[in-house]
Amino acid sequence: MTLTWLDWLLMLVYFAFVLGVGVALKRSTTTSAAFFQAGRAIPAWVCGLAFISANLGAQEIIGMAASGAKYGISTSHFYWIGAIPAMVFLGVFMMPFYYGSRARSVPEYLRLRFDEKTRGFNAISFALMTVFSSGISMYAMAKLLQILHIFEAPFAALGLGPEYIFHVCIVSSAIVVLVYVLLGGLSSAIYNEVLQFFLIVAGFMPLVYLGLRDAGGWAGVVQTVPASLTHAWRGFGSAATSPMGVDAFGVAMGLGFVLSFGYWCTDFLVVQRAMAADSMAAARRTPLIAAVPKMLFPFLVVLPGLIALSVHGGVIPVKVYEGSHTAVLDALGRPQLDYDLTVPTLLLRYFPTGMLGLGLTALLASFMSGMAGNVTAFNTVWTYDIYQAYLRPRASDAHYLRVGRLATVFGIAASVLTAYVAAQFNNIMDVLQLVFAFVNAPLLATFLLGMFWKRATGHGAFVGLVAGTAAAALHHGLTLPAGAIAGVKGGWLGNVATYPSEMAQNFWTAIDAWAVCFVVTIVVSLMTKPRDDRELVGLVYSLTEKPRDEQLAWYQRPAILGVLVLAATAALNLVFF
Amino acid sequence: MDLDVRVPVGLMLAIMGALLVAYGIAGDHAVYARSLGINVNAIWGSVLFATGAVLLALARAAAGRRGRS
Repeated sequence: MTLTWLDWLLMLVYFAFVLGVGVALKRSTTTSAAFFQAGRAIPAWVCGLAFISANLGAQEIIGMAASGAKYGISTSHFYWIGAIPAMVFLGVFMMPFYYGSRARSVPEYLRLRFDEKTRGFNAISFALMTVFSSGISMYAMAKLLQILHIFEAPFAALGLGPEYIFHVCIVSSAIVVLVYVLLGGLSSAIYNEVLQFFLIVAGFMPLVYLGLRDAGGWAGVVQTVPASLTHAWRGFGSAATSPMGVDAFGVAMGLGFVLSFGYWCTDFLVVQRAMAADSMAAARRTPLIAAVPKMLFPFLVVLPGLIALSVHGGVIPVKVYEGSHTAVLDALGRPQLDYDLTVPTLLLRYFPTGMLGLGLTALLASFMSGMAGNVTAFNTVWTYDIYQAYLRPRASDAHYLRVGRLATVFGIAASVLTAYVAAQFNNIMDVLQLVFAFVNAPLLATFLLGMFWKRATGHGAFVGLVAGTAAAALHHGLTLPAGAIAGVKGGWLGNVATYPSEMAQNFWTAIDAWAVCFVVTIVVSLMTKPRDDRELVGLVYSLTEKPRDEQLAWYQRPAILGVLVLAATAALNLVFF
Repeated sequence: MDLDVRVPVGLMLAIMGALLVAYGIAGDHAVYARSLGINVNAIWGSVLFATGAVLLALARAAAGRRGRS
């Protein structure tokens, strides 16, 4: 399979539009509010599409198909259990505090509600995490495009070896994202995320159609793959029989509650999109609108994994050691499949020239939307919550706008650096990723107590967060997933318990950290001096006037939309039970 | 915002759709062996073109409404 002029032309059209949007928005991006908050002037549906697109990075597309091939349709739990309920909760209950308070970012909400140290803890860990995860996904994507071999011929024609594919991918995508974020700030990122959303759907829908047709429809898939892979809940009665090594309670608590609410309700990367909406009602609708495509995404991103297992006896290639043709074997001596190649393999298999260009453009688009999401969240948190808070509090608006632009350059440069470090030392990256997971796991307890219990204090929140983070580290250090050796995978303090899978260990680490943070925050809060009720108006549920939406049409009311979204999600679970 | 996002999205989809349709009609048909004999370029290209056209029409109607008010 080789690329033709048509494929290149389609990619070029995409790049032209991405940069064109940045240029078109440059004129209106003259204040820091326009740059960091998109002037709070974006309609709900645009924010909604950006909300899911920012999360729809390349790792999501590649990873969910890989997981679909490994765990089957239960991978949809990451959407139906692990996203939708949290998105509904964010829209109906939490958005009023983010949008209604004067906060410009999630860490800033923590300062208004609690105190400076709680904000600092969150801002610094979040800023580091965004740069780092953007670098990791850059690395993963560039690596993938390199091993696809599809770009080798055009590079060879230019006299460049295959290793240049990696460099060119990273540098060119970094430059494109840099230019459009510098020009138009958050509006530019959001507009491009909408562009990317349409492109990703346009690129993957025909792929799923052709794959399913080749497999003989869903009925054909059901006949060819093990039954446990085509039922979302089969075997979840106990951890021993569950394909993920977690029972239904662990899935509901770990994924459905702690991890998913922790991400969708507190991660500034996604919340920032909703905070850019043009009104409170629009901000609350943003995650609810996003939930509709989100619940259908498993058909686009998980299904390809099952299709790749089903057609022609399975088409996922065997994993080989880098630079050789020797297969990687698992513990039982069987060759391992390279699940990350699921989507690219299907693209190359079914798409003729033309559609292939569109499919590759969709991959590139997902790559860049994930990166831009991280970068815009980083520049805002850096400028408002670190620079303005601790380094230079009273400067002019033009100064902060300049700092924001510099932070964008710095954030992207640091991501590129991370991508190269990841290429050198895989282990350091795993360790760092783990540290961030520890910091993130307890956060949800802090936000829930902050928003819904007026007695929670700043000291309580801070001590709770630190204790929760320590609990996560301790739990991880004392447990191991089955078959793993002590180290990055856990057990570095000794091995008290063994989990059936890594996923089980992750879920229970998060549950543990959440519970410790929850309890410690309550205990310390009760021992410290509460804040005056008057200071907490607009920040805590019981002291804030409920947003009134009687004047809105039924399809604009968050509560009604929320119920509809949850009912549809429940129906999907039943269909694939 | 001065820019309606439906304009760039609609234009991009229409241009990409038109390119795919043109190739689907005029280009080599042997390439469709891999897509199970289906001319995906022509079919999906026209879907993209139509989607783009609808988005542009919606953006135009909204601009008209804004102009009147």
